[in-house]
Amino acid sequence: MEIIRPDTRFNFIGKKKFTIWVSAIAILLSLGSIIYHGGLRLGVDFAGGILLQIKFSKPLDISEVRNAIEAMGSKDAMVQKFGGENEFLIRIEKSSEDLEAMSRQIQTSLQERFKGQTLEIRRAEVVGPKVGKDLKTNALWAIGLSFLAILVYVAIRFRQFSYGLGGIVALVHDIIITFGAISIFDLEFSLTLLAVILTIIGFSINDTIVIFDRVREDVKKMRKESLETIFNTSINECLGRTILTSGTVMMVVLILFFFGGPVIHDFTTALIVGLISGTYSTVYIASPIVLLWHNLVTIKRKR
Amino acid sequence: MLKSLRWKLILYSAITVFAILLLLPTVTSQLPPWFMKVIPTEKIHLGLDLQGGMHLILEVEAEKAVESYVERIKNNLKDDFKDRGIPAGKVEREKRDQIILEVSGEKGKWEKLLSERYSIMQELSSSEIGGGIWRIELVLDSKQADQIKKHAIDQALETIRNRIDQFGVSEPEITLQGTERILIQLPGIRDPQRAKSLIGRTALLEFKLWDEEEDLEAALKGDVPEGDIILYQRVVDPKTGGVKKVPHLLKERTLMTGEVLKDARVALDSQFHEPYISLEFDDIGAKLFEQITGANVKKRLAIILDDNVYSAPVIQERIAGGRAQITGRFTTDEANELSIVLRAGALPAPVKIIEERTVGPSLGQDSIRQGIISILISAAVVVLFMIFYYRISGMIADIALILNVILVFAVLSLLRATLTLPGIAGLVLSVGMAVDANILIHERIKEELRWGKTIRAAIDQGYHRAFTTIIDSNLTTIIAALFLYQFGTGPVKGFAVTLFWGITANIFTAVFVTRFVFDYLTLKVKIKKLSI
Repeated sequence: MEIIRPDTRFNFIGKKKFTIWVSAIAILLSLGSIIYHGGLRLGVDFAGGILLQIKFSKPLDISEVRNAIEAMGSKDAMVQKFGGENEFLIRIEKSSEDLEAMSRQIQTSLQERFKGQTLEIRRAEVVGPKVGKDLKTNALWAIGLSFLAILVYVAIRFRQFSYGLGGIVALVHDIIITFGAISIFDLEFSLTLLAVILTIIGFSINDTIVIFDRVREDVKKMRKESLETIFNTSINECLGRTILTSGTVMMVVLILFFFGGPVIHDFTTALIVGLISGTYSTVYIASPIVLLWHNLVTIKRKR
Repeated sequence: MLKSLRWKLILYSAITVFAILLLLPTVTSQLPPWFMKVIPTEKIHLGLDLQGGMHLILEVEAEKAVESYVERIKNNLKDDFKDRGIPAGKVEREKRDQIILEVSGEKGKWEKLLSERYSIMQELSSSEIGGGIWRIELVLDSKQADQIKKHAIDQALETIRNRIDQFGVSEPEITLQGTERILIQLPGIRDPQRAKSLIGRTALLEFKLWDEEEDLEAALKGDVPEGDIILYQRVVDPKTGGVKKVPHLLKERTLMTGEVLKDARVALDSQFHEPYISLEFDDIGAKLFEQITGANVKKRLAIILDDNVYSAPVIQERIAGGRAQITGRFTTDEANELSIVLRAGALPAPVKIIEERTVGPSLGQDSIRQGIISILISAAVVVLFMIFYYRISGMIADIALILNVILVFAVLSLLRATLTLPGIAGLVLSVGMAVDANILIHERIKEELRWGKTIRAAIDQGYHRAFTTIIDSNLTTIIAALFLYQFGTGPVKGFAVTLFWGITANIFTAVFVTRFVFDYLTLKVKIKKLSI
């Protein structure tokens, strides 16, 4: 069976002037949204605060829970429905010191207020401000260093700095767009979404390397052709694989999106955007960057 | 070629069988005891996010241990000055680790005392401020301070371990994280509130005397006499249930602490059937207690736990035998908790809960169930798709995928790693890359077949070509995973572990195992047409 006819020759790279604008606009939108919202909406994991997921035994109006929390003097609390009729998520972002006592107080006073109900604390997260900050810095360092390692490895394997650069720029592109989607869909950046970012890093770099590898091979075969033609040929040759792989992965993520339940809903939403961006960026970001770099270098040499 | 095929068959089967054996404890709990002795693995541990439980990070305020150490030195200094007849106008602790003195009299006398008995305090400055009075600033030696801090943290770790052991939690994990933090994981815990109060309590037991000469009323107005403190007792009114705080004016000096405790048990008052806590001191404690009670007959001795006065009975006579009791309208739960913390010993410094994550057992089950259902559905879809698209070759790829997952779980159980939600994300990514590897190989083989090559040559070339691609993309990801593991914490690490092993298994299954099956089919079975 074949999805793509072997003689397919789309001019992918020829559209780079158009696609660079697409990417630029996507990145601007992403950054714009992030800046407009004053940064990402950090979850309790990173910002510090309290998150309680409480299940009541009987249905309850959300405003009642909200009133109860406000009556305790927590004005900046967010209450939302979660999952079923009588399950609520209470979130308080606070960097004050004694969060633990506050969480306890909320639990006891809710129990007192709704006496006829039994309360089940399904999830309680209390993260001190220092912990959240440590986690953030630590994750950023780990990701930054792994980028550097990828850059070095790819540059050595392909004997050219430009390939490493192309891969990393594509990676940064994908991450910005995923962050943008997180900001536009108003998702909360939590540990789960950090896992998405890590997954997208893995997927995006894998996709880029597959194409680069084909280019490396085709460069040897097609010595007389321009690098641009070679890139186009390689991308076309890999097209079947790209569609199959991305298609399969997308299928899996869509299944998780529809059947995975509320806990991983944010996870899959961000992942879908990142995967699309990851596939796109190989062709339209990583490859043009390599070409651009080579053009610059040859122009310099000619002088 | 055929011979090497046989060896490969033996090797690959052995690996598969071994991996399945390693996983048996995870799949079933009904294994014979001898089997568990031979097999080095246990059931794969699920993270608290999956199985429910409590995760706590405590910060030990080790500075406080330094503070109380210096406080003790200050008290000793005061006594020594008094004993030696050195007039000291002021002996005070400043900041955490400093003591300020104003002494007069014969200079040689106090200089000798300081250099002989207080050499761990270093002199910051000393000057005569007039009238023969010298003002001296002392600071605790910084090495000594570090030692005290380290000791405090070690001891806190030990104490918390003891308390949790006595509380009875299965498979608790209590480890040091960094230098001042303690990580506590209590899987499947039922009553998180009680566990927290048990862990976080300092449980410093002190015995102090009432100051009967001074006026409590005046002290409450703000005029606390030198060397005295006010502490409160919670008294519950039995009729209304309201809580009253009764002040006690006490001498600041602690006569005895819980360090000399040998045992603490809950006992029941025969008269009112109320629980109280009976204390038993060790030999030193018993002697000390006898001395204290003997010297202070008819005075009131306050029993204080974490700055709360529990009772202040009048000492009727010298008490020998090393026993005492704490009374004070406890509920049975309270009394149990108190006896545990007293037995396990006090924390040398207060601890603060800086992170708490509790997942109720039902949420853990829900997320597992939904996660497993959706993962099974997607696995089925991928497996069927591969067969639909690549026919027999797709089946070969599917075998490799299943083996891949088995191998990762086997390694996880061998490493005693914990499977968390981010870990599952890493696994899903690695399976995605395994699918990709198979697709790469198959597309290559198809390409070679289109060029008119024989089946053998196409397989050879296809694998050869795809191999560099797979190695490059997988190695890049492995490198990223290694860095994430090395520099990341918690969730980032969990993700990196499954990703790393997933990809390592992937290189083995997607490249070597499937290759073996193809070779076997072409060389042994001698198929004429490749179904791909």
